[in-house]
Amino acid sequence: MTSGISRRRMLAIGGAGVAGATAAGVAGAWGRGAIDDRSAAPDTRGAVAFFGQHQAGITTPAQDRLHFVAFDVTTERRADLVDLLREWTRAAARLTAGRDAGPVGAVAGPPEAPPDDTGEALDLPPSGLTLTVGFGPSLFRDASGRDRFGIAERRPAALADLPPFPRDALDPAISGGDLCVQACAHDPQVAVHAIRNLARLGFGAVSLRWSQLGFGRTSSTSRSQATPRNLFGFKDGTANLKAEDGAALRAHLWVQPGDGPDWMTGGTYLVTRKIRMTIETWDRTSLAEQEAVIGRAKGSGAPLGRRGEFDPVDLAATGAEGEPVMPEDAHVRLAHPDTNGGARLLRRGYNFVDGSDGLGRLDAGLFFMAYQRDPRRQFVPIQARLARNDALNEYVRHVSSGLFACPPGVRTRDDFWGRRLLGE
Amino acid sequence: MPIPRHATSITLGVLTLTGLSACDGRGTAHGTTIGVTATETGCQVARTELPAGTHTFAVTNKGDKITEFYVYDKDGAIKGEVENIAPGVTRKLPVELAAGEYQGACKPGQKGDGIRVKLTVTGTSRALTTDPKLKAAVDTYRTYVSREADDLLARTTEFAAAVKARDVAKAKALYPVARTHWERIEPVAESFGDLDPAIDARENDLEAGQEWTGYHRIEKDLWTTGDVSADGPVADKLVADVTELAARAKSVSLSPVQLANGAKELLDEVATGKITGEEDRYSHTDLWDFAANLEGAMVAVDALRAGLAARNGALVAELDTRFAAVQSALDRHRVGNGWKSYPELSTAEVKELSDLINGLAEPISKVGAAVAAQK
Repeated sequence: MTSGISRRRMLAIGGAGVAGATAAGVAGAWGRGAIDDRSAAPDTRGAVAFFGQHQAGITTPAQDRLHFVAFDVTTERRADLVDLLREWTRAAARLTAGRDAGPVGAVAGPPEAPPDDTGEALDLPPSGLTLTVGFGPSLFRDASGRDRFGIAERRPAALADLPPFPRDALDPAISGGDLCVQACAHDPQVAVHAIRNLARLGFGAVSLRWSQLGFGRTSSTSRSQATPRNLFGFKDGTANLKAEDGAALRAHLWVQPGDGPDWMTGGTYLVTRKIRMTIETWDRTSLAEQEAVIGRAKGSGAPLGRRGEFDPVDLAATGAEGEPVMPEDAHVRLAHPDTNGGARLLRRGYNFVDGSDGLGRLDAGLFFMAYQRDPRRQFVPIQARLARNDALNEYVRHVSSGLFACPPGVRTRDDFWGRRLLGE
Repeated sequence: MPIPRHATSITLGVLTLTGLSACDGRGTAHGTTIGVTATETGCQVARTELPAGTHTFAVTNKGDKITEFYVYDKDGAIKGEVENIAPGVTRKLPVELAAGEYQGACKPGQKGDGIRVKLTVTGTSRALTTDPKLKAAVDTYRTYVSREADDLLARTTEFAAAVKARDVAKAKALYPVARTHWERIEPVAESFGDLDPAIDARENDLEAGQEWTGYHRIEKDLWTTGDVSADGPVADKLVADVTELAARAKSVSLSPVQLANGAKELLDEVATGKITGEEDRYSHTDLWDFAANLEGAMVAVDALRAGLAARNGALVAELDTRFAAVQSALDRHRVGNGWKSYPELSTAEVKELSDLINGLAEPISKVGAAVAAQK
């Protein structure tokens, strides 16, 4: 009995749209992609379809755990990059189906050889794993301006380097990257397993640049989900773009034909910001000030002046004595679409605690991730406004930044991540 | 200048004093805020008949020129003012008003007598300063702010003169001394949102294209290249900005709860900027600023001592213990009349200070609510 079978058995127990997997064998995994059920909330054990028009892991109802990594491409040869992306795609299709990373498996190979899967996900169900890939600006032209892979002219204008924002405290060692992979799952071990195996496949072609673990999603990406809380204790992501917002997703999330180079049509842009929170000083702040800083009631999540969490924010409302109900520097006001020419984001962030900071305090915060159709019209103006005026700036510090073009989904077994960019 | 919010946070506590706190959990923050809409030709005050007490005027400039807003009493004395309100911006002015006739004035272009609006205040203020102990606290602290503002201007003027004389050694020696007076009254100094960035911004606080001025710009030149030959205009502007700041700091209106919140904010300053060595990243004089923040917090709490003791004696005792612990740990890093360079501290020593600051800041965060309790 191979390990692959035991993961597949669990998968069958996981249910939801993956019936027959036990019998289907390796090749069978490729066929299931036609079912695109990722906008439905899966149970926490089942699989999320890998194939589709768009990459999974974006409008997929946000899973509970994250392992995000950025890589530098170390090879100089375009063919190596193509081979890597092809191999990653195959492995990702297997891993997201709850199978081993390689075709043989963790314990079914010859005893003399190292296994082609590392094994720590044996016996675990697919756990809603999604793997999402993006290409950084430096893939198109490196720091010295070189067009290493002959794709500089295909760089979308929307993938323009982010400008510096006031109060940025970015650490280059945990910023940027040529490629990124976002692994999300309901089980942290499944997410780490996926990243570990992709990194292993990449040795010689890519080198791990930085890595971020996240626990506790801080946004809902579907109306089927309750709104979670960030480490400030406030509901976060109430007004997020959600999987059910079809027209809004076209307007604000997915790159449309004519937006830029064809290879990005159906793709989206990802901005990551690691935001350290000084939770200790926050915790000493009065409840009234916390609520005025955020612009929501801490308990219900209702915008100030309203009753329910999902009541619309009214920026124009004034109190009995003419004062704005939503303070001028409240985070919700400054980030609101009405303040930003209608710009919206699909946020998909996670809480993090990276141990302690050596000063008796938790190294904690929010790993912010936002998907969008064009960062120049969405993230950049929103963040410029927040960096200037947000009351929250007293308690947060941006320490890392990333920007990636996430290509459209992989549609068939012959397809691979970035095929339309790198040509065939 | 990591905290651009003091102007607002200072107003927050004040409002709890009037006893108008609403039940939705945030009426305390904005319950007695009065909207003022200033234009080129108008000065609309949302409410002109007011009960005695502390009110916060939230002045929104909907005109095209920079404006300012004043409150005068019937003799023409200024009860409060907020200047440099850029178009589109809202700034807040907390003012405590006893019964009587007043005038509000919007001054588009910051000139002339302005557009006047009559304000009528009736009834009896329930202000905390009717408690003589708290009134004394405010008076004591205002004297302190006034003295520190004078010293700030005097030492900064000397510092600027040394910079202009290109006397690098003297300028380096004066830099932490001048900043000590800034850091002692930082919550008050920072409440002037337009002056704070000009005086105390660090390089990464700025937007692209924004000019960098103030102490930290000169600090960088003094400690990196040692070449201050181009800093004359920066030094002149620093003196001009500090002159204006000192004048405003001396006329700022304060309440007992503002003192308490200011003490908490000073320790937040230590925790976020000084402990990490970010404040004085070139000169490494962070311990000077640390000691100054601590002294400022101590003076504020000390001023409140009698009033606080009457309300929560145990809190006073705890604060005394915690202050003494921080002070004694800090004192081990004294060198002559000053302090060790920050990188000379071991990781364990920095950790010790960090822990002690956290230990002190927790009880200090309770002082505001304790003082606000009517006796």
